[in-house]
Amino acid sequence: MANFKILVVDDEMGIRAGAQRILKNFTVDYPFMDEEINFEVLEAATGEESIDIIDNDKPDIILLDNKLPGIQGIEVLKYIKQKQYDIYVVMITSYASLELAVKATKDGALDFIPKPFTPKELRSSIENITKQLFLKRMTQKLNKEGKQIRFQFLSVLSHELKAPLNAVEGYLTMMKEKQLGDQVENYNEAIDRSMERLKGMRGLIKDLLDLTKIETGKPTQKLKQIQLEKIARSSVETFKPYAIQKDVDIYLNTSDSINMKADPEEMEIIFNNLISNAVKYNKDGGRVDIGIKNGENSISIKVSDTGIGMEQQEVDKLFQDFYRIKSTKTKHISGSGLGLSIVKKIVDLYEGEIQVESEPEKGSTFFVVFPK
Amino acid sequence: MSKKRILIVDDDMDYLFQLKTKVEQFGFETITAESQLEAEELIVQTKPDLAILDLMMENEDSGFILSRKLKSKYPDVPIIIATGVTAETGMDFSVSGESDKQWIKADLFLDKGIRADQLQREINKLLKL
Repeated sequence: MANFKILVVDDEMGIRAGAQRILKNFTVDYPFMDEEINFEVLEAATGEESIDIIDNDKPDIILLDNKLPGIQGIEVLKYIKQKQYDIYVVMITSYASLELAVKATKDGALDFIPKPFTPKELRSSIENITKQLFLKRMTQKLNKEGKQIRFQFLSVLSHELKAPLNAVEGYLTMMKEKQLGDQVENYNEAIDRSMERLKGMRGLIKDLLDLTKIETGKPTQKLKQIQLEKIARSSVETFKPYAIQKDVDIYLNTSDSINMKADPEEMEIIFNNLISNAVKYNKDGGRVDIGIKNGENSISIKVSDTGIGMEQQEVDKLFQDFYRIKSTKTKHISGSGLGLSIVKKIVDLYEGEIQVESEPEKGSTFFVVFPK
Repeated sequence: MSKKRILIVDDDMDYLFQLKTKVEQFGFETITAESQLEAEELIVQTKPDLAILDLMMENEDSGFILSRKLKSKYPDVPIIIATGVTAETGMDFSVSGESDKQWIKADLFLDKGIRADQLQREINKLLKL
């Protein structure tokens, strides 16, 4: 959670205490922000005192009274301007003097709050200022580094859920409006694509269900003694038809019976995801090798493929929700982008670890290690 | 007068196809790209008369990045960012505020579900037709 420092400069203790109270538990969030912002309120009773705090604590926002016992608010304003501090200064004034307003604005005050203010007025001013300040800093950062800013606020889930619906709806509209002519055959591709998108959506819903199971946490976990290699074998069977279709061979290399205390459903999700990925992102004629090892202190699973592989920068993002590698090679491969993040979440539940080694064009290997 | 050329960028091949079909029916010529990267390569040699960009592609903010690049190369090309986000999240994405305009270099945000006739009207308005 980010923190903005607000310095209240006023000789009236009531105003300072009031600001403290009003802003103590106040938070601001905004679609453009990755996180909530809350506030730390600093106080100064005089202009001189405020300058010390400005130098030492670098507040983000200052609520500044002009009429102060020693140096006036306007002098503080000049000091900030001279030092070129990036501080958003708001004047608190008990009476509206146009002359002062003009002068203060010239010296860098950005806003005015009339005094006395209600809690609601102060909060709404601070909210606006926080947003402006945030945007300003983001713009500066963007300009300075030319760097991409992540807009995490974009709700990826709704995007992923709606995309297939929109696609199918779009094709139906094309048909309804006969955009491709009167011949039914003209719409064959539209129909095929619609079916494909619906299939993808079904997969996404399945993954979402898996995810909710995990996210709701341990209460639904059914831990019992299981034989891990049996679960692996059944998962291999599940994906055999798909592998045959893709001309990929799957090998399960394990001899012993491997006992583990775990939720069989969760283990199945792990194998299903790793194996289906290994087949999905493989090359024609490729192979998938699955190994399970019963070590002294751990049980490890290894799934390697001879597929298209990944760049390191892609590996880094692999376990994020909805992350899918988008390239010409993966363009026609559908997936929800949830599989590996689900696997990671399950592995975390067991305090295990998951790692990936990958080389473009050569293939990827996933390692899962569970402590015993 | 020659046909106006509209660049459409979207990583959803289905949406891209549907939008392309629509825009061509409005009487425009289209060029398309399926990713931010592909679009960046495309605009090196080709100047469109207008661009319609998806927001989330390889990066969550691909549309913003692309529009910045487009505007710095061709400041006079109007840009529409088509997003499904606005309607779904209730987020207001207008580009009316001054601070927004500074860094989001798009002229218009449209919801992806927009009706064809509305889209045509907006395109014509931006192209001053």
